[in-house]
Amino acid sequence: MSHRGTRVLRLDALARVEGEAALHLRVQEDTVTEARLRIYEPPRFFEAFLIGRAHTEPPDITARICGICPVAYQMSACQAIENACGVTVDGPLAELRRLLYCGEWIESHALHIHLLHAPDFLGRADAVELARDQRAAVERGLRIKQTGNAILEQLGGRPIHPVNVRVGGFYRTPAREELRPLAERLRQARDDALETVRWVAAFDFPDATSDHDLLALCDPGRYAIDSGTPTATAPHDRTPTPREFAVPDLEQHVHEEQVPHSTALTAALDGRRYLTGPLARYAINGRWLHPVAAEAARDAGLGDPLAGDVCDNPFRSIVVRAVEVVQAVEEALRIIREYEQPPRPALDVLPRKAVGTGATEAPRGLLYHRYALAEDGTLTAARIIPPTAQNQTAIEADVRRAVQACLNRLGPAADDEELTRLCERAIRNHDPCISCAAHFLDLTVERT
Amino acid sequence: METDRGTADIQTLPTLAVWKFASCDGCQLTLLDCEDELLGLTEQVRIEHFLEMSGAEGPGGGRAELAGRGPYDLSLVEGSITTAEDAERIQHIRRISRRLVTIGACATAGGIQALRNFGDVDEFRAAVYARPDYISTLETSTPVSAHVPVDFELRGCPIDRRQLLEVITAHLAGRKPQIPGHSVCFECKRRGTTCITVAHGTPCLGPVTHAGCGAICPAYGRGCYGCFGPTARPNLRSMIAQLRRDGMSETDILRVFRTFNAASPEYAPVADLAAEEQDTPRAGTENEPERPV
Repeated sequence: MSHRGTRVLRLDALARVEGEAALHLRVQEDTVTEARLRIYEPPRFFEAFLIGRAHTEPPDITARICGICPVAYQMSACQAIENACGVTVDGPLAELRRLLYCGEWIESHALHIHLLHAPDFLGRADAVELARDQRAAVERGLRIKQTGNAILEQLGGRPIHPVNVRVGGFYRTPAREELRPLAERLRQARDDALETVRWVAAFDFPDATSDHDLLALCDPGRYAIDSGTPTATAPHDRTPTPREFAVPDLEQHVHEEQVPHSTALTAALDGRRYLTGPLARYAINGRWLHPVAAEAARDAGLGDPLAGDVCDNPFRSIVVRAVEVVQAVEEALRIIREYEQPPRPALDVLPRKAVGTGATEAPRGLLYHRYALAEDGTLTAARIIPPTAQNQTAIEADVRRAVQACLNRLGPAADDEELTRLCERAIRNHDPCISCAAHFLDLTVERT
Repeated sequence: METDRGTADIQTLPTLAVWKFASCDGCQLTLLDCEDELLGLTEQVRIEHFLEMSGAEGPGGGRAELAGRGPYDLSLVEGSITTAEDAERIQHIRRISRRLVTIGACATAGGIQALRNFGDVDEFRAAVYARPDYISTLETSTPVSAHVPVDFELRGCPIDRRQLLEVITAHLAGRKPQIPGHSVCFECKRRGTTCITVAHGTPCLGPVTHAGCGAICPAYGRGCYGCFGPTARPNLRSMIAQLRRDGMSETDILRVFRTFNAASPEYAPVADLAAEEQDTPRAGTENEPERPV
């Protein structure tokens, strides 16, 4: 191996992502030989200390895995426990949960689009720098984000680690008129969100195509958020019957393994690399987008989602996220319009000895929980598979591909600085949630 | 003298750095959740190091500047210390920070990950990892103050946005942050919420929990679960008796204190007391229902 032709690029601290990670890239002459996302978040042992807790506790405890998508944890946890206890939450309570989840999608996507991701496309270091010449766009993003947070505050008590969620439903449900001010804000947010779709659609996107398998929940008739059947497809494989399996069977298809050379667990879907998150959701659920969101997608150059057009350029994920914000706003408005306060804020969920599973669509992708309960409800086992751990291999493949494309174009003369910037962008396309991924990760750092 | 007044102004602003240790990012996110104030704030302080928001610091986009250069006028630290590397990193951050403020339950009390302090971390490792031998971590999760002097501790899991703005504003004005040390009960009164313990017998940690959240839980019909950690001098004996009267089992009492501020010195005696109760042999209790309710 020639040292002269080998270079190692290290990105020691990845900025503008949730959590802390690094990237290790090895280039030999004009070929990428290694791209490794290294996560150095300390492990926090959530699954271990859930054992021995009461069946009522996982929504509050697992929310603390992530400050950016606590609702996703609360919803998947509730679902898994209710599933174990043979309870189905439906009707207005389920609708309120979906509304809360819309709040999180709006907040989280608006944060990622405007504060974390857009600076990449506009050559700015961060949103503060961006605001110097595009203040209106940043302010619009903050306004959309605030609307998402307003939903979380109204329904959950606060945006981060909401307090009002419980197994079986809520501690308190709002009266119809309490939601009316939210509807007013959401109507403004719809205009803002549509403007954001137009804004991001005009960005300059590198040519790129990903070929990962895709996994998302599918909830026929509506764009999956809080429920559905895990459904897998390949982006160019328009088979009329994508692979489906029930939530409780997920672990038979998704295998995670711990490998000594990496600091993270890596997941495979039936032995194949795969991606979960907006691109997967859009491919699997696009035809159920609200007409306003579908039209925004068409105008943004994403093709016709109602006809099954998908987006396979990971750099355009920012456009898909923007369309999902429109979708979440429309969905929130619909729920508020149709809402009737339920007679009771929560159903009784009596513990029993059983195993339950739950899966929902966190902003970054499918989030799966499984709990085993003893007769009195004490947890005897817990398993959580977050989206970013599932996406890790796909992210690495995207980085490798993006850098290789750049080397093919520019040859070995490609500037380190440019390659590094490209790596960061390829990672941010996926809005990785590293605190989530690292709730169980190994931190040993391998250096050569 | 100055040719570019705008640049000069930016250069003279006080500098802010935000650091992360073992945590969920929620307390850092609170800064970004100041939607109405964020851009205004950036005209008052220069955010020099805040990886979640910016990669701007240092030559080369800050990529080799993981530990930061400093000096910084104000460092906000999120997260607890759980690895040997982080124990060193916090020393460095202290050296390059004029004032160091911890934000949140992790940095202030060890966080939920301090539950390991009550168990055997090797067992935790083995429970979670197929190859526990790959894992390197400390036996404990400790607050920042166990490692370096801290100028101010802001409580909460997560912290409150208004309190965070008060801490930053106070720093800018060179005064002490006005964060009262009283209990959640005061906030309930101020909010006009009927006491849920008195009215409904709902167990509530309000009397021993630090104010700051705005007493959200009781307003939503739920007992306070102590996410802001202890008040200055909590009357634990009285609290524990009240929780028993309100129908909490010893196990529930232990669990409610052993959550997000489990390792705080003020709460520790409660946990010990409840644990002692538990250790006392009580024949035939294993299959009893937890709580009559």
